[in-house]
Amino acid sequence: MADLFDDYPAGAAWDEMIGADGGSRAAYKGLHTALAELSAGELRGRAETLARSYLAQGVTFDFAGEERPFPLDVVPRVVAGDEWEHVAPGVAQRVRALEAFLADVYGPQRAITDGVIPRSTVVSSTNFLRAARGITPPNGVRVHVSGIDLIRDSLDGWRVLEDNVRVPSGVSYVLSNRRAMAQTFPELFAALRIRPVADYPRRLLAALTAAAPHGVDEPTVVVLTPGVFNSAYYEHSLLARMMGVELVEGRDLFCASGRVWMRTTQGRRRVDVIYRRVDDDYLDPVVFRNDSFLGSPGLMTCARNGTVTIANAVGNGVADDKLVYTYVPDLIRYYLSEEPILRNVDTWRLEEPDALEEVLDRLDELVVKPVDGSGGKGLVVGPRASQHELAALRVRLREDPRGWIAQPVVQLSTIPTLIGDALRPRHTDLRPFAVNDGESVFVLPGGLTRVALPEGELVVNSSQGGGSKDTWVLGGAVPRRAVRLGSDLPQSVAQDEAVPIDSNPNDVRAQVMQQQQTRSFPVTSSSESGGGGAAC
Amino acid sequence: MLSRIAESLFWIGRYVERADDTARLLDVHVQILLEDPWAEEDLACRSLLSVMDRPAEPSHVEVGREYVLDMLAYDRFAPSSIAGSLVSARENARRARETISTELWEALNATWNQLPSHMRPARPHDYFTWVRERAAVVAGITDSATSRDDTWNFMVLGRSIERADMTARLLTTRALAGSAGPSWTTLLRSCGAHEAFLRMYRGAASDERAAGFLLTDQLFPRSIVFALNQAESCLAALEPTADRAAVDDARRHIGYVRTNLEYRPLIEVLDTLPKEMERVQRACSAASDAIRGRYFPSGSATNWVGEAL
Repeated sequence: MADLFDDYPAGAAWDEMIGADGGSRAAYKGLHTALAELSAGELRGRAETLARSYLAQGVTFDFAGEERPFPLDVVPRVVAGDEWEHVAPGVAQRVRALEAFLADVYGPQRAITDGVIPRSTVVSSTNFLRAARGITPPNGVRVHVSGIDLIRDSLDGWRVLEDNVRVPSGVSYVLSNRRAMAQTFPELFAALRIRPVADYPRRLLAALTAAAPHGVDEPTVVVLTPGVFNSAYYEHSLLARMMGVELVEGRDLFCASGRVWMRTTQGRRRVDVIYRRVDDDYLDPVVFRNDSFLGSPGLMTCARNGTVTIANAVGNGVADDKLVYTYVPDLIRYYLSEEPILRNVDTWRLEEPDALEEVLDRLDELVVKPVDGSGGKGLVVGPRASQHELAALRVRLREDPRGWIAQPVVQLSTIPTLIGDALRPRHTDLRPFAVNDGESVFVLPGGLTRVALPEGELVVNSSQGGGSKDTWVLGGAVPRRAVRLGSDLPQSVAQDEAVPIDSNPNDVRAQVMQQQQTRSFPVTSSSESGGGGAAC
Repeated sequence: MLSRIAESLFWIGRYVERADDTARLLDVHVQILLEDPWAEEDLACRSLLSVMDRPAEPSHVEVGREYVLDMLAYDRFAPSSIAGSLVSARENARRARETISTELWEALNATWNQLPSHMRPARPHDYFTWVRERAAVVAGITDSATSRDDTWNFMVLGRSIERADMTARLLTTRALAGSAGPSWTTLLRSCGAHEAFLRMYRGAASDERAAGFLLTDQLFPRSIVFALNQAESCLAALEPTADRAAVDDARRHIGYVRTNLEYRPLIEVLDTLPKEMERVQRACSAASDAIRGRYFPSGSATNWVGEAL
């Protein structure tokens, strides 16, 4: 066994690869064996190849105004097939429930009437947009794409950390991580049967096309990006490219005669579906922020008129609200009459006076998060905060209990990660991506595994200097082509039937002559034709 | 221009294009074998080898990626492998050294010099990328720094014929292996046509459209019809005052197979795809022979071939 796993510390958290006895867990067996055969130097070399190929491809993100290669760790996460059969339906179930919830709060509000969720919780959410009320999406889908963040806690259970049904990003890294890993670790791909992810753009396009306004035959789909300076611009361009659709900026669009158009060299062209990667606030200066240059005035009117579909729908943020999150298990039972497959992380609602008192009392052992933040913004980890910070936090919590939630510190599972020249446990989470086309929810096998690179760090986010890992879902028991039908058998070509590949007859002669010459003279520089007499 | 020089130019075009196309084909082939957990490596590799005119291994021998790469990528002595065609291209350039530009010669010679250091890297992808880059350099120099005289015509003629031939072989891999073979997406990707195709059809992709794109698209330079058209126009430029009542052999072979693809319903062509693709390959081969007979007559060389083979 090489030095890579030497002194691999048994951390407090549950490690996904290394069991308590120091051996590898079942799903990771193949990977562990392969890694153990590599020396630290080799592994580092591969890591550098990965980083270089990312720079060359332009897989970068903006960090403090500088383009950096997106950090991809060499050790992937492996999820066993049967485990995925638990996660994927859980994610799909959650998406269906959130979909029903959004349709409800921007429509009849039955759940509020039936007392499942308090009206005050919904309407006090900063992301509950009255402007979205009454907009009915053509095929009923509001959450075309979602990224439900999952974690694995120390008890080996998957739990939902937060819901992202606004503009979840990161799927491009899933696609490019896979490609880069396949090129860097061909031997692993050969040994393990890893479910492919390349299908995603096609699924996404199908879902967007299905969401087109009624009566549109061949809908024009566009991806709306804030522009090249956006940190996720790489993703926007990749998705547009892989779907074969235009990537537009706000200034390329305009609204006229109740429709959305884009300016092209052939004159204006109608736009039917906008996969927007611009936040609600910036989408339409008429309705939202009037200083926005990123959107296009009149979009919301067109959406309301049903002449254009905005995906994901405007106003989805209410479902991302972390206070609403605490109600999601109830919402699943209410809308779907099913038991939640994936559990939430225990959460205190600070509006309840008892809960607030308890939280204030135990603040130094809890994590406190703002309800509308994403990407770890504003989050306070009790055990790591100073007395001063905690005191300030207490004041804020009392002032605005609606704005915060509290959770116990969850020991996120760890996966070996290359740090310097050794593998060390680092905390990770997982964002699986789901696409809803109105008929079914497709969960991409895999997803973005994010890893916190500083030791012991529990906040896992790329905007906080985190890295990523490729996520390998191992193949299920039944391969697609287990049984080959007679018609599928290759029509074997007799050798003489293959059309020979020509070559220049002079070359054949040259080779013969070269061989003859080398036999008699060890070194020869003159070619038989005499034409290339000049030394080269 | 001397016939011998013209022949070398023609073959520079063919060899460089062959290296390029084979690199594309193998790159995607290897990638697919890695990414698709259900790929049947032995079968896919066999179908690839048979299409590339390689002797079949006995069926009890497992044919894998490594073997395919050895045969088609790293074999310096077979002019139909990548390394072999790069060596041959340089050999031909050496013979036509006084006619081709120094830039072009240096590009080919540098490729040949660097070849050993690029062979058998840890990631085959790097090798293929390098080959494609070198081919692009050659194509770029040909395009930007060669007068549109016979030099250019012969090189582009060779390139176009090779391209049609290789695309036909590529499509045969699909037809032969059935559903176990590469998907149409794979084929498009290996021609560098996937993104162009997606833009053209806006994701409303179907197998039929993909096949049509590679067979008969009028604008994509790697479609068979486009390449054949290009070959025809080079032939026309080489012999502008052709006999008005007759068409020379090379043009007849190419024109015949092109119109056969172009003016028949696509569905008919697809029904008998392997047969049609074989026709394209045979026509390319016949056209190549006709061109040799017309422009590069050399009795002794022909005799030598007989003996050498």
